[in-house]
Amino acid sequence: MPVASVLWKAALCVVFCLVVTAGTLLADPLAAPSSANNSAVVAQPARPSLAVSVTIFVLAILLGVEVIGKVPATLHTPLMSGSNAISGITVVGAVIAAGALGRWGPAVAFFAIVLAMINVVGGFLVTHRMLQMFKRK
Amino acid sequence: MSHLWRIEIATFAYLVAALLFIWALKSMAHPRTAVRGNLLGVLGMGLAIATAILDEHVAGYVTIVAGLIVGSVVGAVLATRVQMTGMPQMVALLNGFGGLASVLVSGADLLNNEAAVRQGHWPIDVLIAVAASAIVGAVTFSGSLLAYGKLQEFAALKKPIRYPLQQPLNALLGLVVLGLSAWLVVAGGAGHFGTVIGLFAVIALASLLLGLTLVNPIGGADMPVVISLLNSYSGIAAGMTGFVIANNVLMIGGALVGASGIILTQIMCKAMNRSLTNVLFGVLDAGGSGPAASEVYAKVRSTTPEDVALLLDGVQRVVIVPGYGMAVAQAQHAVRELGKTLEDKGVSVEYAIHPVAGRMPGHMNVLLAEADVSYDKLKEMDAINPTMDTVDVAIVIGANDVVNPVAKTDPKSPIAGMPIIEVDRCRTVIVIKRSLSPGFAGIANPLFAADNTLLLFADGKEAVMEITKAIKAG
Repeated sequence: MPVASVLWKAALCVVFCLVVTAGTLLADPLAAPSSANNSAVVAQPARPSLAVSVTIFVLAILLGVEVIGKVPATLHTPLMSGSNAISGITVVGAVIAAGALGRWGPAVAFFAIVLAMINVVGGFLVTHRMLQMFKRK
Repeated sequence: MSHLWRIEIATFAYLVAALLFIWALKSMAHPRTAVRGNLLGVLGMGLAIATAILDEHVAGYVTIVAGLIVGSVVGAVLATRVQMTGMPQMVALLNGFGGLASVLVSGADLLNNEAAVRQGHWPIDVLIAVAASAIVGAVTFSGSLLAYGKLQEFAALKKPIRYPLQQPLNALLGLVVLGLSAWLVVAGGAGHFGTVIGLFAVIALASLLLGLTLVNPIGGADMPVVISLLNSYSGIAAGMTGFVIANNVLMIGGALVGASGIILTQIMCKAMNRSLTNVLFGVLDAGGSGPAASEVYAKVRSTTPEDVALLLDGVQRVVIVPGYGMAVAQAQHAVRELGKTLEDKGVSVEYAIHPVAGRMPGHMNVLLAEADVSYDKLKEMDAINPTMDTVDVAIVIGANDVVNPVAKTDPKSPIAGMPIIEVDRCRTVIVIKRSLSPGFAGIANPLFAADNTLLLFADGKEAVMEITKAIKAG
């Protein structure tokens, strides 16, 4: 599958999600952050049950085992740095925590954003550099 | 209505991000697709971050974007300036940062939800996850930093720091951490917010210590195992944090990375024929059994680069076996030169890579790839071992334990049962080493004294360059 078409499709997905989200933001004034945060206890989405979370977790682990098992030894280092970059997904939690109401929480989360972002950007760049070297010459 | 819509859309966006991550890892299966896979990972991460920012509960965009920019710049600078030989250290360092971030996010979420905790609204499973993310995240952070120090070979960290009652004290520390976690869960159930926060901090700090004691006894050649394990931990920490804040993409991403690390750790342990507990908690019997080095090395024959060049004249198959010594000597470019010179004369040149050669899984492959060696010449141990009988000359550079036949012959040796690159079956073996000092396992290597082995005592890079020069001249 040529690289260009893959990236096109992925980019379209991303754009679609962002457009819908942004559109909702603009369309409904009540959904704007400033007013939603006025209530003392912010309405949270219902937490999924423990069983559901564990199900997702277990399925993801099984999927991971399957997928990783196919990576040849020669690519183990980029695999490590690439998966390391993905573990920087913590940045999402940090952003949510930093944007919440609270005195100390957002401050702590700010540092988490910086650290996780170093992990993400550093990880993906390092992986990219390494993968560029693996060519059939 | 629109409130619920936004939650649904965000959840779907996170799902797409998770799918992109899975696709990215799947693409790592082949060098051809791996580059694109990495870009997919970037896309997934970008989508996840954008979704988080656009989350309706998120305010204070300025600080958030500032944090993102600062982190990105630091990460970019670090990643572009590191040399390939510093890759293992860099991966360890970045790993550590991720672990600390997980701890901080759990802590921040705790602080943000003071009211809910005081009312006892946080269920037991979430409180357990809070403690777990503190433990795993902190262990990852300190363990990774120590691993970084060991890989950078800071003088103070080169040897494990020994102290009396090492094992019992470490076990005690582990028990203390578990006890405090149980206390945290109970306090959280009762709504004692202050106690929970205090315990969280203490557990995190104690776990920092735990991470240090865990990685401290690990030396040089066992590092690939520890690095893979820490890689897994950072994923587990992210997954735990994801459970705390009920975010799917963190849970899925964390599980993927956790699984990836565990598999690599298993591969490393199998390649050394030692169990994980043995690597982490066992004491390596340094040179305990087996004959003394002086006995073994009585018949060692040395050679010169010119003689090696003569030996290589007219051969058909050459296999080069790199080890950590090649990385230390920064000889990968010289080795590639030698390989190319031989190939120009019609010799088939392959590289036999042992799974735990170097300080990180795939270490040798990265170094040789950087030196422009085509990846199809890099052969895995299991693929190349059966063909060793038809190899004319094997050149071992900077490797010791991974070519030590004692692993097959002596069941009491520290490396007994470890799969090795069977160069002893090749017609001639040239070993390039600076001296007869032992490898990481601290034992003698009878390969060096074998009848078909010659030792070239020199620095790896110089030796290889001299051989290449002699071949070109002759």
